[in-house]
Formats: sequence, structure tokens, C-alpha cells
Amino acid sequence: MPDFLADWLNQNDIFTATTVIHYWDGLVTTVQLVFMSLLLGLVLALPLAIMRTAKSPYISRPIWLYTYLFRGTPLLIQLYIIYYGIAQIEGIQDTLWWTIFREPFYPALLAFTLNTAAYTTEIIRGAIVATPNGEIEAAKAYGMNWALRMRRIVLPSAARRAVQAYSNEVIFMLHASAIASVVTIVDLTGAARNIYSRFYTPFDAFIAVAVLYMLLTFILVYVFRRLERHLLRHQRPLSH
Amino acid sequence: MKKLIVAASCAIAMMAGSVQAREWNEIRIAFDVPYEPFEYKTPDGELTGFEVELAEAVCAELRAECEFVIQAWDGMIPGLLARKFDAIMSSMSITPERAEHVLFSEPYYNTPGGWFARDDFDVDVTDMEAMQGKTVGVQRGTTMDTYVTNEMSDVVTIKRYTTAEDMVLDLEGQRLDVVFVDYPVGEQTIMSREGFKETGEPVKLGEGVGVAMRPRDRDLAGKINAALNKLKNDGTYDAIMAKYFSYDIKM
Repeated sequence: MPDFLADWLNQNDIFTATTVIHYWDGLVTTVQLVFMSLLLGLVLALPLAIMRTAKSPYISRPIWLYTYLFRGTPLLIQLYIIYYGIAQIEGIQDTLWWTIFREPFYPALLAFTLNTAAYTTEIIRGAIVATPNGEIEAAKAYGMNWALRMRRIVLPSAARRAVQAYSNEVIFMLHASAIASVVTIVDLTGAARNIYSRFYTPFDAFIAVAVLYMLLTFILVYVFRRLERHLLRHQRPLSH
Repeated sequence: MKKLIVAASCAIAMMAGSVQAREWNEIRIAFDVPYEPFEYKTPDGELTGFEVELAEAVCAELRAECEFVIQAWDGMIPGLLARKFDAIMSSMSITPERAEHVLFSEPYYNTPGGWFARDDFDVDVTDMEAMQGKTVGVQRGTTMDTYVTNEMSDVVTIKRYTTAEDMVLDLEGQRLDVVFVDYPVGEQTIMSREGFKETGEPVKLGEGVGVAMRPRDRDLAGKINAALNKLKNDGTYDAIMAKYFSYDIKM
């Protein structure tokens, strides 16, 4: 941080250079946690959604059970179970797994990923099921097999239908990540709680963090608007 | 019209006057439970503990009706300033940061901070080189948190918890090497279990615990100080302390 900026900040009671760096570290943690869990969640959700639409109940029912469990319980409870539950497993501390699960970041990442994957699976599955029958029949008439049909017809058209619902899921995930602070992760909310408990100024500490969350949300909204325009460009009226 | 305004302002002035000279026949006191043995609920739901009994004695001394309010620690000072209650008697240590927002009575007890760890922990907690890279658990916003943050933040990793229970779980699960916690809390929640020990010497911290009130309520502070002073000298305080502690916390 440049010296003049640090000097100016240090005249302030609460937003000194130290607390601003604390907020910045929290921001980085939040972005890492949300971005990685969304990415992993999406990668997981795509095959799960396809399996969820399979005709065989031996494939679709287990996926249904998974999404049902993770959508039917609060994320906070899932986080508690994974974070404290793993530590209670007999002998886990002596295995290699412990180097990962000792830190709060990875249990939180696991909980967030499984949670968002469950919601995303249902979003994509809904979009796949809603594919107009005519499109599929036309693809069959062209002699496309299942895989080709999926890749060329069903998934691209499902993506257009899913993108709006998915943008909501992304924003919800960002806001839900605030609960990471209960398992000692210093994310944005954790930083705000630390600063608040040091200076006893709830308004300053939490309004600052609310503004940062809002900023992140605006960025996400913007990115998704661009993506929607790109995916739905065929619906725009032709320009003359 | 003019008369009406004069009459109205007189009425307002009188009302304001009566607010100013509050008799303090009713005092609402806030506690954060459970914080054994200072304030906790018995199995049948009754609020009790060292500070609760002391508060009852203070109220009897002031001949005031007291209402006890349960308030989580995070919202203590905001709740006081928002007039949800009039006083905090919930083991709030006197600190300069807090004194900017609330008015403290004279201290009425002081407990040290204690270091607790699993039985296999054999590091001297005052040896900064040996402590390098260790993970220390504290309760967020406590004087123990401030101490570790100021003295050791370059040496150890600090994890902050809202409740002592969560912290003990992570000590048990080996996510923490050692915790630094209010001594009686450590005695109650950690030493009562198998496999843990006290390590190093307890550290005297801060200026003790006082009753926190709104800065404008100087009259209430005066009354409470007088009552506490009387209880400390007439043996009431000692009798209550003897019920809960085997050591001296009087201040």
C-alpha cells in the first residue's frame, strides 16, 4: 500500500491501513471460496443433471436423493456437519487427509461445492427436460445418436434456458458464503466481525462489508448480462 | 396560540425533567448465558451463577425491581446503547475501547486468562520461538483475543470463535494447538474433559470486570458503586464467591 494512502487512512478511527488490509484479505478469501465452489459445482452438476434425466431409475434415483438431501437442509448445517464431523472421525488426524481438512477452507469448499452442485443439477435438469420435443425429433430424423444430440441440440438449448436461473444461484452462493465465518474462516464477513468486536461499531464495520458484497454482486450481474446477450443473440431483432 | 406553545413547552420540559431524575426503581440487567459459573441456567431453567446472585444482592441493596435479560455477547453493547436494558453484568472486562462507548462501575472481580491444551502438548507458551507456527484459539472480542493479537500475532496463527464450545471442539479435533481463554471458562469446559491440561501460568489481564452502563446514567453508576462497595465489605460478596469459587477473584 502506498505511504500517502496509509497515512491518510491512519487518521481515521476504524478504517486504518491495518483494517483495510484485513478487509482486503477477507475479500480475497470470499472470492476464492465462491469462485472455486461454483466452478467445481458446475463441473459436477452437468453430468449429474444428464444422469438425473436418465430413464433408468438406478441412475436417476440416487442423483434425486443427493439433490433432495442437499436442497432440503440448510447450508449452515451442512457446513457444521462437514467441518466438525470430519474432525470427529477416529484416527483422521493421522492420515494424509488431515493436511487438507485441518484448515477450515477445504471443509467449507466441500460443503459449498456439494450444495451449489445440488441446486445447479436441478436447474440444468429442468432446462434439459424442457427441450421442445420437435427439436429432438428433428435431430433423430437427421440420424444423430444420443451423444451428438446431447452435445449439439439439447445442451446448447438448455444452457439458454438455464442461464437466468443459474445467475441467481451464483448470487445466492456469494451471499451464502457469509456463513463461512462461523468456522473461523476470515472471509469478508469474518473480517467485519473481527473489526466490529474490536471497535464496537456495528454500523461502520458491517456497512463497509455490505458495500463490498454489493460491488461483487454488481460485477456478477454485469457478467451474466453479457453472457445472456451472447447466448440469446438469436432472439434480438435484426438491425437494419 | 402563543400561550399554547408556552404551555406545551412547559409540559415537555417537565416530562424531560422527570426522565432526567429517574429513580431507578426498575433496572434491567443483561447476561450472556451460559458462562459458567458466572451466569448459567439450572436444568429446570432458572438463571443463576456468581454474577446473577451478585446482581440480586445489588438490587436488594438498592431496593430496586430487577429484570434479567438474556443477550448474546455480540449484541451486548449495541443492546445497552439501544436501551434494551440498563446495565450489563456479564463478565465484561474494563478496556479503554469499551470505555469509549459505555460507563463502567468500579471493578467487582478479576480472573486471569489461562492456557489450555491437549495432554501431549509440551511447549512453553511464553517461549516465542517454540510457539512459532502454532495455532491458538481465542474467543472473538475478549481481552484474551486482544492480548494474543497484540503480543503474538506475528508468531502464531490466531483463530477466533464465537462460543467456547466450538473452540473446545477444534482443540479436541487437533485443529488448535492451544487455547487462551478466561480461566474459569477453561476450568469448566476444558478441564472437565479427559485428555486436556492447563499449560503455563495464568496471565493477569486488564483492569477487571465492571458493570457497564450508558455514559449518561451517572446517577445509576453512583448507586451501583455504593451498593457494590457495601456488599464487598459486609461479607455478602465473600459468601457468594465462596459458593462458586475455590480461589479468590475479589477486586
